[in-house]
Amino acid sequence: VNQESLENLFMNLTTLRTQEFQQADIKYLSGWNQWKRSSRKSWKKVFDEAKEVLSYLELWRHDIHSIEGKFGTGIQSYFSFLRFLVLLNFVIFTLMFSFVTLPSIISKYGIFNSSFDEIPAKKPHCTVYTPSGNKGLIYFYTYPKDLLSGTGFLEMTSLFYGYYTIDAAWISIFRYNLPLAYLLTTFAYLALSLLWIIKRSVEGFKQNLVHDEDQFQSYCNKVFAGWDFCITDLNAARLKHRSLQYELKTDLEEERLKQKIADRTMKDKLRIYSLRIFLNIIVLAVLSGCFYSIYRATVFSQGNISNVTNLLVQYLPSIVITLANFIAPQIFSVLIRLEDYSPAFEIRLTLMRCVFVRLANIGVLLFSLWSQISYCATEKCKACGYNYELYPCWESQVGQEMYKLLIFDFIIIVAVTLFVDFPRKLLVTYCSCKPVQWCGLQEFGISDNVLEIIYGQTICWIGTFYSPLLPAIATMKYFIVFYIKKISLIHTRKPSARPIRASSSNFFFLVVLLIGLVLAFIPLGISIAHIPSSKACGPFRNFNTSWAVVPHTILGFPTGLQKVLYGIASEAFAVPFFMVICLVMFYFIALAGAHKRVVEQLREQLVMESRDKLFLIRKITEAQKHT
Amino acid sequence: ELLPEEEKENARSVRIPKSRILTLPELRANPFQHRICRVFSTSEDGDDSMSFEDFLDMLSVFSDSATSEIKSHYAFRIFDFDDDGTLDKKDLENLVNCLTGQSEESRLNSAEMEQLIQNILEESDIDKDGTINLSEFQHVISRSPDFASSFKIVL
Repeated sequence: VNQESLENLFMNLTTLRTQEFQQADIKYLSGWNQWKRSSRKSWKKVFDEAKEVLSYLELWRHDIHSIEGKFGTGIQSYFSFLRFLVLLNFVIFTLMFSFVTLPSIISKYGIFNSSFDEIPAKKPHCTVYTPSGNKGLIYFYTYPKDLLSGTGFLEMTSLFYGYYTIDAAWISIFRYNLPLAYLLTTFAYLALSLLWIIKRSVEGFKQNLVHDEDQFQSYCNKVFAGWDFCITDLNAARLKHRSLQYELKTDLEEERLKQKIADRTMKDKLRIYSLRIFLNIIVLAVLSGCFYSIYRATVFSQGNISNVTNLLVQYLPSIVITLANFIAPQIFSVLIRLEDYSPAFEIRLTLMRCVFVRLANIGVLLFSLWSQISYCATEKCKACGYNYELYPCWESQVGQEMYKLLIFDFIIIVAVTLFVDFPRKLLVTYCSCKPVQWCGLQEFGISDNVLEIIYGQTICWIGTFYSPLLPAIATMKYFIVFYIKKISLIHTRKPSARPIRASSSNFFFLVVLLIGLVLAFIPLGISIAHIPSSKACGPFRNFNTSWAVVPHTILGFPTGLQKVLYGIASEAFAVPFFMVICLVMFYFIALAGAHKRVVEQLREQLVMESRDKLFLIRKITEAQKHT
Repeated sequence: ELLPEEEKENARSVRIPKSRILTLPELRANPFQHRICRVFSTSEDGDDSMSFEDFLDMLSVFSDSATSEIKSHYAFRIFDFDDDGTLDKKDLENLVNCLTGQSEESRLNSAEMEQLIQNILEESDIDKDGTINLSEFQHVISRSPDFASSFKIVL
């Protein structure tokens, strides 16, 4: 019984059965309705077949199915999330490439009879920019070093902002406003990411809004929908049994704990609250320690930027950030045990703290970079707005830092898999001494891995403005990471005893990704609108800030359009618009509340109905007894 | 391959004994394998053998394209261990023991079991009669986000 014929046969059977029911109704419809019905059916068939063909084109469909079968839906959701990021990065790359890089390359190489304009700059002393290309004697080791740190020959390629020193590109006869395109493409990819993530998370949000209010039917969900019927492997089944048992036991224990908390005395409460305040102060101290060390490392690394030969100094901020991302969660997980929360809240709070550490580290790095860049001692420097001697093209430098972060993240993932996971597996398999066996294999920590890739994605979002080809590198990185993680999972991991539910984990990943995106908006917004753009390179040379190209373009529009745009941006429009949005929001909240009340009423009606039924049955039996 | 070569011609009419059905990889690791065979088998002898039609029925219920109503209907029949049309305490106890594993130390102790069954009945028993009937079960399942993704078998 091979799969093809089986699928055909059972699809035929189900269509036959549905057709049987529908045949009965068709006789009663007029000719026009019959035609409508049959055309709708054939459209539906075409649509279904198209969907099926598209599903074969889906990336990694078979791999993710097999992971789902062996390890369950929790881990499968991580890999689906990874696939989503690969696609997102690829789309962002296509966007940036077609609107920014392609026109630049076409005009620089004069294809299709094109050329570009480079208006001479106004402040000559800010514009001296000599990237240390490849002049003079080059040692063989400069190429890999340049590849790893983005300097040297890489600095002058289209990878970094400095290449796009074009004010307008003439492609055949069309004038292509590159600065405006650069800025608008940046906004476009941010908006696209936002919309795509929101669309994906809408499903999970609907479920979570209903279920998070009270731990609604969590027991029923675990018992009736707990067993994953996709599991085919006996080992996986055994582990699933154990994880279900563990989950049920923890839930029951948590219920008993809640009862205990409700019975706490005033003295106990005081003691616990003061302990929690103290531990939160320690958490804040740890965080400030991380931030300060990142700041110092960045300052040191930028201070020695002229001594480019030492890769360690170049990568110092990345190393410090990775160390902080590794140590801080360990400290948090120790501290949280002392704080005496319920287990579910413990997990959530630790995760939130880890997310915050990871994302804030990037923010601190950028902040320290900017403080270096805009540190101005002399008058000349203040006229430029940034430190033009050390950072003639500061956007490229920031792009290089983001590039280094991304590369280092990738190296760490590969190195940890090769040098920690596989030796550990070999040790556990071949060495049977007690301490090694007690350590055992590591579990596949879903939340740790997810935070890791979200951290990488946030770097990509921030860095794409400074390094337009960064999404391509990110796509390739996540592509390779998929296979590395899959191999590591299959060969060196044991599935975790504490399972995460597929529905809530999907929503959680997307919420954290959204937080990362919003946190990426902030540095980009400040950089575009506030920090003066460098005068020596890049498309925004002739503007004060990168944002200034938009008002400049608007001034070139016809007066009518200008008036409309100014009207939209003014308070006279914004305040009523905001009020209307608030009203719409209140309407929906009221609607949701009303629906919930209706649901409650219907439930009560169901109870009433069954009581009525019991009453009637009792009456019938009594009446039967009398006759 | 469940059928031996010589019987392939009358594939439609042959009944396959339960022991061979249970060798399928999708069912072999499933704690509800016996209940699945019992529910989908239309054999009059009660030996739980399945014909090709029964097999297709089973696969279509577990496929992605089956509606939630069909799935919940069959899930109810699978979980109803004593086939009396309702899920009472004994059924729920059997169900939980299937989920946690068959060995002695993997079962919940009696106090935990009692607490768990009380909680389940509190959440799903609307008419407070101590059992879960089909409509209460379907109501609970419709609110469950994971049911559709776990109650499926992919060949």
